[in-house]
Amino acid sequence: MDDKVLWIGFTDENGSLDKPSLEALTATRTIAEGIDGELAIGLVGGSVDAAAAQIGGAGATRVVALAGEAWAAPRYASDTAACAQIARTVDAGIVVATAGSRFNRVCAGLAQRLGGAVDTQITDILVENGALSVSRWFYRQRMIGKLQRTVRPWVLSIASGSFVPCEAGDATVTPIEIEGFESRTEVLGVEAGTGGSQTIRPDAETLLVAGAGWTKKQADGEVHTDDAASIILEFVESNRASLGSSKSMVDLATEGQAVLPFLTHLHQIGQTGASPRHAKGLSTCCHGEEPHAVGWRFINERRAINTDANCGWAQGKADVLYVADAFEVMKKVNERLAD
Amino acid sequence: MPNTYQIVVCGGIVPNPLQSLEPVMGPTGPALKNEMMLPAVLDPWAWHALFEAADLARRHPGSKVWLVSMSPKAKLQQVMMSVAQKAAFDLVVVDGPATGFVDAAETAGALANAVKAIPGLDPAQLLLFGGWQSASRGTGAVLQMIGEILGIDEQFQGVDRLSIDDSGTLEILERIEGGAWQKSRCNGAPAVLGWATGNLPEPPNNPQIGMQNMRTIMPALQRATPAALKGDGPTYDSVESPKQRRETRVETEMNTDAIADEITAWLKG
Repeated sequence: MDDKVLWIGFTDENGSLDKPSLEALTATRTIAEGIDGELAIGLVGGSVDAAAAQIGGAGATRVVALAGEAWAAPRYASDTAACAQIARTVDAGIVVATAGSRFNRVCAGLAQRLGGAVDTQITDILVENGALSVSRWFYRQRMIGKLQRTVRPWVLSIASGSFVPCEAGDATVTPIEIEGFESRTEVLGVEAGTGGSQTIRPDAETLLVAGAGWTKKQADGEVHTDDAASIILEFVESNRASLGSSKSMVDLATEGQAVLPFLTHLHQIGQTGASPRHAKGLSTCCHGEEPHAVGWRFINERRAINTDANCGWAQGKADVLYVADAFEVMKKVNERLAD
Repeated sequence: MPNTYQIVVCGGIVPNPLQSLEPVMGPTGPALKNEMMLPAVLDPWAWHALFEAADLARRHPGSKVWLVSMSPKAKLQQVMMSVAQKAAFDLVVVDGPATGFVDAAETAGALANAVKAIPGLDPAQLLLFGGWQSASRGTGAVLQMIGEILGIDEQFQGVDRLSIDDSGTLEILERIEGGAWQKSRCNGAPAVLGWATGNLPEPPNNPQIGMQNMRTIMPALQRATPAALKGDGPTYDSVESPKQRRETRVETEMNTDAIADEITAWLKG
């Protein structure tokens, strides 16, 4: 059992696997090769045909699938039952999948059901002398730990952006059967979180963060929320950037103050928000205080525009801090990007 | 017939997010330097879950809220001074470590036992709340495991909204990728809801609620039983803070055009 390494992929509505799933497959191969183990693949979804054409290059000795309407929608009861059945079928010692919302919902319950252990958001894998160690962050990206476990099965979820996607190739899939599961939950669908305007783009090169300063009184003593909204949206659209915000910005909405209408808690970066991965990040009208800046851990190049030369960004958190009026600067940046 | 709920909120304490944290390796594994000296707060996502629980209980008369926490009781007592004024609840305390380096399964086992021991708890009315992850360990595992131990198969994570209609049907929005929510319908309790930030602002302090809570909080702290942890967690090879202080170039004299030119070139580069 210990040497059997299972990767689980959930397929999308087209029966395909997304990039983070294929990254997790690379991580799984790394483990299997490192411990001289056997790689198995489990697919779960409405259909798995397209996925089968994406995983052949992985070198799995066994590919099993649960496909059909019951497995199409992400839901705790069905997904936990499916993952547990697959893990038992292949007698997995290590179970790996991408740390997306679907596996995040079930991975710990799966570990509990299998009598194993779980570690999530793994960013690195190391095998030395056949012993597997994994790395993950603690205390909201403030410290990184490397750890091992002897308990098996060991369920691992892989943080997206940590590995290169596995190469493609056809695989032969063996359907498996499962006894029925009971659920009182019906998945109704997906609701856009940004008022119909897609401004959160995990794959974008650039992250723009809007801080609360956009909704404060400006040099003329007036609030210019409409201007702020159009400047920010123009930048995000023309640069195909992803939009984030500070907690104070999204909290304004619940406090009844002037807000940017397209911002929700989903945009929040930091202590109680996201820690996205982008090559570049531009902070505007935000002070870069520690609880916010912890959400920037995985942003490689960081620049900030703020009127306060002593703000948090100046304290070693950004590469460049421009002490300037973000309204004026971003208008001109938009003009240049339009050219 | 009105729907009434028994809402159990699980939440630990974490260092105040404004504090600098430094890991140290001790004889029993990693810990935070001067951990007992650091000011603590209720975990931010559990904090949101508590507000949502209190609001739900207010809208469904006859409902009741418990806050179940595994934390060092002396630290928890300090945190309760501020939490107690925000929402009405009964406190259940497991005296144990709140560090992020304790295994999620051990924490879940201790909390599940505490939940099961709540007198008069009716599983058919149970809504198990908590944060969808913690600001310490951050695995997002504990609540799922408690649900699994309690045999609850209706679980939702990253919840931002819970609506309940007259029939008792739950409608839930869970965060998924790309700035969207998955909407699900569940035909009533029991259910596990791991909250993201929800939609509610922090309630104002209410001294009356604080006084009422403190009458039960102090006995609960005195009754707290030590957590029976076996130390079955992982073995840590290392825990370290990354050295990521950047050499920040602070531009105070550049004019707007020059800044815009430089940013544009950087974005296109």
